[in-house]
Amino acid sequence: MSIRDSGRKSATRRAVLAGSLAMGFLLAGCSGGGSKPGAVELTNVSYDPTRELYQAINPAFAAYWKQKTGKDITFRMSHGGSGKQSRAIIDGLEADVATLALAYDIDAISAKGKLLDADWQKALPDNSAPYTSTIVFLVRKGNPKGIKDWGDLVKPGVEVITANPKTGGGARWNFLAAWAYGRKAGGSDAAAEAYVKQLFSHVPVLDSGARGSTTTFVERGIGDVLISWENEAFLAEKKLGAGKFEIVAPSISILAEPSVAVVTANAKKHGTTEVADAYLRYLYTPEAQTAIAHNFYRPRDPAIAQQFKAQFREIPMVTIDKDFGGWAKAQKTFFDDGGVFDRIYSKK
Amino acid sequence: MLPGFGLSFGFTLAWLTLIVLIPLATIFLKAGGMGWAQVVEVGFSERALAAYQLSFGTAAMAGLVNAVFGLVVAWVLVRYSFPGKQVVSALVDLPFALPTAVAGIALTALYAPQGWIGQYLEPLGIKVAFTWVGITIALVFIGLPFVVRSVEPVLADLGREVEEAAATLGATRWQTFRHVIFPAIGPALLTGFALAFARGVGEYGSVIFISGNMPGRTEIAPLLIVTQLEQYAYAGATAIAVVMMLASFAVLLLINLVQAASRRRMGA
Amino acid sequence: MSVQAITESPVMRAVLITIALVFLGFFLLLPLLAVFSEALREGAGPFLDALHTADALAAIRLTLLIAAISVPLNMVFGIAASWAITKFQFPGKALLITLIDLPFSVSPVVSGLIFVLLFGANGLFGAWLAEHDLKIIFAVPGIVLATVFITFPFVARELIPLMLEQGKDDEEAAISLGANGWQTFWHVTLPNIRWGLLYGVLLCNARAMGEFGAVSVVSGHIRGETNTMPLHVEILYNEYDFVGAFAVASLLALLALVTLVAKTVLEWRFGLHAGARH
Repeated sequence: MSIRDSGRKSATRRAVLAGSLAMGFLLAGCSGGGSKPGAVELTNVSYDPTRELYQAINPAFAAYWKQKTGKDITFRMSHGGSGKQSRAIIDGLEADVATLALAYDIDAISAKGKLLDADWQKALPDNSAPYTSTIVFLVRKGNPKGIKDWGDLVKPGVEVITANPKTGGGARWNFLAAWAYGRKAGGSDAAAEAYVKQLFSHVPVLDSGARGSTTTFVERGIGDVLISWENEAFLAEKKLGAGKFEIVAPSISILAEPSVAVVTANAKKHGTTEVADAYLRYLYTPEAQTAIAHNFYRPRDPAIAQQFKAQFREIPMVTIDKDFGGWAKAQKTFFDDGGVFDRIYSKK
Repeated sequence: MLPGFGLSFGFTLAWLTLIVLIPLATIFLKAGGMGWAQVVEVGFSERALAAYQLSFGTAAMAGLVNAVFGLVVAWVLVRYSFPGKQVVSALVDLPFALPTAVAGIALTALYAPQGWIGQYLEPLGIKVAFTWVGITIALVFIGLPFVVRSVEPVLADLGREVEEAAATLGATRWQTFRHVIFPAIGPALLTGFALAFARGVGEYGSVIFISGNMPGRTEIAPLLIVTQLEQYAYAGATAIAVVMMLASFAVLLLINLVQAASRRRMGA
Repeated sequence: MSVQAITESPVMRAVLITIALVFLGFFLLLPLLAVFSEALREGAGPFLDALHTADALAAIRLTLLIAAISVPLNMVFGIAASWAITKFQFPGKALLITLIDLPFSVSPVVSGLIFVLLFGANGLFGAWLAEHDLKIIFAVPGIVLATVFITFPFVARELIPLMLEQGKDDEEAAISLGANGWQTFWHVTLPNIRWGLLYGVLLCNARAMGEFGAVSVVSGHIRGETNTMPLHVEILYNEYDFVGAFAVASLLALLALVTLVAKTVLEWRFGLHAGARH
């Protein structure tokens, strides 16, 4: 036994050695890569649906910056759920610019991370939101349930897909748009709460984020109507299932303003304040605004908006600041523990 | 007396402290920072209790399913030969290698009302996706390798001599299994169950896709942690985490104590 | 003595094998097929293209790097822990085993969070790290830490039941014959436990590569830099690039088959079957 065993043992040892050598090579292979020396590096921490948008804008800005200053620029892009991205920046993800789904998430970076001024929203035009969107309905081809407006969502037999507003930023816009309708139709907050409660009794699944609920509706074939960001609805209609869906514009909706800001403390540390500011200001130029419209966001520039008039339907919109007293208040009233959303589910 | 106690024990303790105990202590620290009264308020809210019930219940159910079928799988893999056995054996590790989110998406695709399996269950009135059944299925998937891989090496290592002796003494196959084989693999099976259970309680990635996340009904405890984080309430998140961890720890400790006691009884 | 008495009747065997296969078919094979069918929905071309992007390759490299660091660490720990636990008597053993199990019972969400609480900008060591310009969270060290934590118990958990079952007679015999501790370990214990050890390492490796939840919290999700394969899958999925997402996922699933190859090669090389003891 001992001879065979020792033979086996040395073979084992050889195998282990070979394995560790292989790992060593892998390690060596890994250490390469990284950024070009001398190039400016800009970290843009964003939320999920802007991926295609910044894929279009980044090279254009790089060319513009090269022409203007002669310097090269490379981008580090990070995408994820808006709230999670905001927490990552607070916890030390060194973003030069934050381009998130709602002002509340950038407010949090200012309040909890102290990484930028509290009045950051004044730093850039239009509330620091170079593009906007709104909340619309996506229904299946031919609109079999005849859904025209919010009131149709609570008819018997209609299944509504929306994400969980406690975990998804986009879903909060959905909730507030529904609330706005309920308040307009019923004339009071109590009526709004009754409507929203009824609406959520038609929701069979609450995905954790907007993209999850789109997948549930489009890929799983669940539900009759998806409450969705307009840009996401366009994407689903044009890209995911061309010809299988239709967009319905409700009688009232909410102006969704995804915010952008230079994370000043990080930019200062990296020496990128100037380029970060130029990058965000570039978003307001006609070129970028055109790319924004191509990616289904509503452009701010009136001339570009005029060009894309056919694409975006006119919808009367409430705003978070005028009609809900700002994000901090809305978050506390509706979505924090013990808020309205918890209440409509606990009374069952 | 064997050598190496000091070295192995010391190293174990040091590494355990560095990687597990110190990091975990931070969640107690953070939760403690909000005051224990509030920890109780957040950690034992009505909603949290419903979520614990769901998480612990489905995890226990999935652990039981895995204990039964995992034992059969391990038995078949160790004792019998059949075509494709190697492939089957490799398949068992799949739940570890596949990212949990992918598992969740794949299972939802199968069991959603229009999925491969769901479309046949729907007419029978059986709903799997977006109910506790779906959660249990996801947890069975996640936990299976724990049972199989715990039992398999012990079963493989079990000498056949004892079984032969039992047979010589006139024991039927079932008697041999009950009185000889089962006691030997019992501790490993229990370990497998405990690990599958503990893992199931905390599982997040695969479950959120199939659970439906309806507050009070299909909302798992880890989802509550995430909703606390979404409110930037780190302390609230750690409060729920502390409650869950203490409960899991108690279950694991109980099982490990039972095992130690049964080993002493067997005189090993 | 009849052969019947030490094994099951052919009917019983067939029944057990059928049960095992049907169970595995429903719970493992079908999800796997779903993954592959999604990945190959548009044919082999897009499948391969998805794996050949710069971001996918970067994710694969990072995942291999993370596993190459975390697995050996936990292997050494697993061997030391199971030696201490199974070869000696000491009070509080059940407690120690439970503490080793603990990372399994911690939700992956929390596993990531604890390292943020320690090393994040507002964490316990955050200020000190910032002062010295050290990055742990949202960089490779953070991902390694989270992975080591998640896979911490695997090897130990695999070895403890096995070594308990084997007892310590072999080792004591070796010592009494004059072998020292290391010799005993290399020549007696290691050959005895090598299959269990191999299982443990393979499982640890699979889980290290597949971990999603905890790593997602500490990664920062920077494309081509801190995205591991599971995170890359999520990103592609959220981009509605389902083919790409499932292509990368199926590559991870193929790791299970690498396990098969590794095991088969080792068995063939040593000319014995898994589990044969002497």
